[in-house]
Amino acid sequence: MGELMIGLYVFTLATLAGREVITKVPPTLHTPLMSGANAISGISIVGALVVAGRAEGTLQIVLGVAAIAMATINVIGGFMVTDRMLAMFKKR
Amino acid sequence: MNTEIMVELTYLISAILFVVGLKRLQSPATARAGNAIAAVAMALAIGATVVDNQILSWTEILIGVAIGGIIGGLAARMVKMTAMPEMVGLFNGFGGGASALVAIAEYLNATHGGTAVGTSTYGVSIMLGTFIGGLTFSGSMIAFLKLREWMTGNPITYPGQKTLNALMFLGVIALSVMAMGVGGANPVTMFWVMLAVSLVLGVTLTIPIGGADMPVVISLLNSYSGLAASAAGFVIMNMVLIISGALVGASGIILTMIMCKGMNRSLTNVMFGAFGGTANIDKSQIGKRPVKRADAETVAMELGYAHSVVIVPGYGLAVAQAQHELRKVGDLLEARGVDVKYAVHPVAGRMPGHMNVLLAEADVPYDRLFDLDEINDDFPNTDAVLIVGANDVCNPAARDPKSVIGGMPILDVDKARRTIVMKRSLSPGFAGIDNDLFYNDNNLMFFGDAKQSMADLVKAVRELA
Repeated sequence: MGELMIGLYVFTLATLAGREVITKVPPTLHTPLMSGANAISGISIVGALVVAGRAEGTLQIVLGVAAIAMATINVIGGFMVTDRMLAMFKKR
Repeated sequence: MNTEIMVELTYLISAILFVVGLKRLQSPATARAGNAIAAVAMALAIGATVVDNQILSWTEILIGVAIGGIIGGLAARMVKMTAMPEMVGLFNGFGGGASALVAIAEYLNATHGGTAVGTSTYGVSIMLGTFIGGLTFSGSMIAFLKLREWMTGNPITYPGQKTLNALMFLGVIALSVMAMGVGGANPVTMFWVMLAVSLVLGVTLTIPIGGADMPVVISLLNSYSGLAASAAGFVIMNMVLIISGALVGASGIILTMIMCKGMNRSLTNVMFGAFGGTANIDKSQIGKRPVKRADAETVAMELGYAHSVVIVPGYGLAVAQAQHELRKVGDLLEARGVDVKYAVHPVAGRMPGHMNVLLAEADVPYDRLFDLDEINDDFPNTDAVLIVGANDVCNPAARDPKSVIGGMPILDVDKARRTIVMKRSLSPGFAGIDNDLFYNDNNLMFFGDAKQSMADLVKAVRELA
């Protein structure tokens, strides 16, 4: 089985797992869910580190740094603001 | 054990922790821990990547992290809860932008020596990452500007818009094929043109969508930012990127569907219907019928001597920053032995779940918040309903299939014994139509600015015997 097929299996199964888990998130938490998803989509920092780490030309380095900066905004900002919101949810 | 296996296992643990973290979001009691678990998953993935790759120069990487960390940290601390939709909109854009940049940098690295990427999985992934990421970036910037009201909330349309968008989409496909080295044109030039068209398409797909429909759009762009990350994962064949991207993609699309259902619109209608502005609706006949008015003392009596009260907060409440006074009213009523509940419509705020966050900020306990399905059966047995800054979500016209909002799920507040609407005037909501509820026999209009009226109400309830 080629890498592409493995990747497609992984993608499809992860989507199904995501659907199962996320359908059960109550409406009360939908905003933190979205900001949490922002943070998780900052996972492209992994890709950014790989390309920035092996970049050769100046342009590639600039693009890599910009990618790292954008992804870091999502990771740091996303997790922090989600935590800030969730800390406000209190039971009686 | 060698490094490669260690790295791969770390990625696997990271992927598992992302799912576990999201699962904890199923209850407000465990959600904060879930967010922390997801953050640990992220740290593990980053750690594994740094160990696995020969980082040639740390300086650039640290500069990028420092810039992003400062901006992200400040934004997270300073953003007002009412501005969460803008922030999420902007962050969707950064997520898409980061993934697009990864794909672009990878393309330039691969074609550095003049070799084409070819119509391989690798090539197709780069094109997908660039296209989805670029479109998410520019579309999110427009969504941000609309939500921030730095740009008109009315749909921007022009003749041939849909045809032009369709042509641009076909253009992206053709240019992508050429950028992979087919057809003899300079692939790198074709690649840049493809990126430019993707960015333009993000703008032209978002501008015809009205301000009121932005919650759907940011949910959809949230999904796209995940798909862009997955595509970047296929480019560098990194499973944790593919998995996390897929999770975000699934989350965004689920929220998109929930919001569409809340407004009784299909996704196609939201995307291409150019609805959601109020520019073209005749407002001359609205608010001309007689209503019953009430002052703070009357409202206090109605609420204070009831057994059960349901409060329906709408976005007008948050605009007036009156949620803290509202909570005081709720507390005073509870102290008098009244059963107080809060009914939150799926589109009550400006993004999914927004109203719940605004009420949580005002210390309303989350176990007193009920969504539409949970509370609609209770209205016939409710003594009084207080509607604050909400309009369309409780307009009985939604039961008439011929109405503009026909079929939209509403809170059945008119089935309660008494309704009280706190509002500035009889002006219509986003849908631009009159609300028959205002003219019902058992309805009272409590006119005024929500914050001032709430403060008056707090005082009046305190003075009740």
